[in-house]
Amino acid sequence: MDGLLPDLDVIRKDFPILERTLAGGVPLVYLDSANTSQKPQVVIDTMVDHLERHNANIARAMHQLGAESTEAYESARDKVASFLNAPSRNEVVFTKNATEALNLLARTIELGPGDNVVITEMEHHSNIVSWQLACERSGAELRWFGLTDDGRLDLTEADRLVDENTKVVAFTWVSNMLGTINPVEDLVARARAVGAYSVIDASQAAPQLPVDVQAVGCDFLVFTGHKVCGPTGIGVLWGRQELLDELPPFHGGGEMIETVTMARSTYARAPHRFEAGTPPIVEAVGLGAAVDYLSHIGLEAIHRHEQAITAYALEGLQSVPGLTVLGPLDATQRGGAVSFELDGVHPHDIAQVLDSRGVAVRAGHHCAKPAHARFGVQSSTRMSSYLYTTPAEVDALVEALHHTRSYFKVA
Amino acid sequence: MSTDLDSLYQEIILDHYKNPHHKGLRDPFESEVHHVNPTCGDEVTLRVHLADGPDGSVVGDVSYDAVGCSISQASASVLTDLVIGKPVDEAMSIHATFLELMQGKGQVEPDEDVLEDGIAFAGVAKFPARVKCALLSWMAWKDATTQAQTEGETR
Repeated sequence: MDGLLPDLDVIRKDFPILERTLAGGVPLVYLDSANTSQKPQVVIDTMVDHLERHNANIARAMHQLGAESTEAYESARDKVASFLNAPSRNEVVFTKNATEALNLLARTIELGPGDNVVITEMEHHSNIVSWQLACERSGAELRWFGLTDDGRLDLTEADRLVDENTKVVAFTWVSNMLGTINPVEDLVARARAVGAYSVIDASQAAPQLPVDVQAVGCDFLVFTGHKVCGPTGIGVLWGRQELLDELPPFHGGGEMIETVTMARSTYARAPHRFEAGTPPIVEAVGLGAAVDYLSHIGLEAIHRHEQAITAYALEGLQSVPGLTVLGPLDATQRGGAVSFELDGVHPHDIAQVLDSRGVAVRAGHHCAKPAHARFGVQSSTRMSSYLYTTPAEVDALVEALHHTRSYFKVA
Repeated sequence: MSTDLDSLYQEIILDHYKNPHHKGLRDPFESEVHHVNPTCGDEVTLRVHLADGPDGSVVGDVSYDAVGCSISQASASVLTDLVIGKPVDEAMSIHATFLELMQGKGQVEPDEDVLEDGIAFAGVAKFPARVKCALLSWMAWKDATTQAQTEGETR
């Protein structure tokens, strides 16, 4: 099959969990990477090594371990800056996850009555609810792009939605439910034209596409560590230096200050302004190892692999009678998450039967209830691949779906 | 593993799923509730009608409209079979027995005399992620019944 990673066997050996079997001795077929990715040995080893040999608090411990830990944490920032092609390492803020990064922006960007924020109907709840809260607090208006029947952003109303009162245009690069890859440069240009901030949720894009913040030209971009082969508990907010320095602090606490008196405090510049308290140190170190690992394999190559697997999956899924794929059917227009419905069987029941055969997928609303409502479905089943996914695993899924139909007697 | 799967998806459950009993929203009713399972999005709208019996209130009718998986749909169907026509006190006791079964992690031996088709859900108790599917309509019924009773007292 064209496009697959040439050393797929070798890559799979990097991920120890892929060796394990499940109840009944069946091998694991992990097709839930859009939910969280598996971790390569190098990430696990880097984190264990840090905890075993270099553990200390950062930036405040005046001893050798403190210096080593600080060096490891700050070098993770360098790795992430390089992963994003950021002009400056000071533009990389470590957060708990993408959700916290979005909430940071929704809390600190000044909004008021008469302003508006534009999002899309295909956002993850984190990029909807945080802006709903911001608009409720400030009196700003929340607007959104609707979706076309084939699961793309409907841009016909764009000139009406994004106007001179728009302060923020926030959108996902790749939909976690529909898989759609959005025209980010176009959306960034529309935001810039009216003087609004552009905010990109790259949670699903960063794992599988080259992300170059200078090429995209956006103002802010967020992603989460655990979907790019890193650990949970660490996310990233990237923002232009001059914009980050203008935003007020988010959390108050240690390490985000210049000086503190009982009456008032002054604040550090970004990124430390937004990293109050002891950060997730070993998680950041693990994320650094993860983005290095992905960069070493190459995001272009990973993207080609995902497209090849996704095309194969779309073909296989459509061979299952009664199965409907949600979102674009052209693999070149989408990422490696494919949500679908199967006539007569509820997604939870599908996932349960698949699990009994070792096939791990996600079932439910995938934290995208509005996108499901747009297509008149309450929930769906989602398979999602990654750089370690093989065509044989897609075959196992398709075979298990045929079995599911016969199990529930809809065949 | 398929044995476990078969213990979850008993024939009785699949039969109730395909042919649910007492489904649809009906009049009369004293209370209507809407319960959701936020993690999966399953939803039920459920109405309770209480009637006067010789020794207090009787469950006159339970009607519902629900979207969800086979477990949650079948569970609503079995619930209505078990409680409609029963004195409220007895229905509440059946509710408690079903709750005990579902929260028993597969260690509770179900009482067929009390739970009838409900014993088919014993296997669900071994799947922690699915227990809340089985309990969705039961929790909605208890809520609605409590509201209907309060309504009756204030009238």
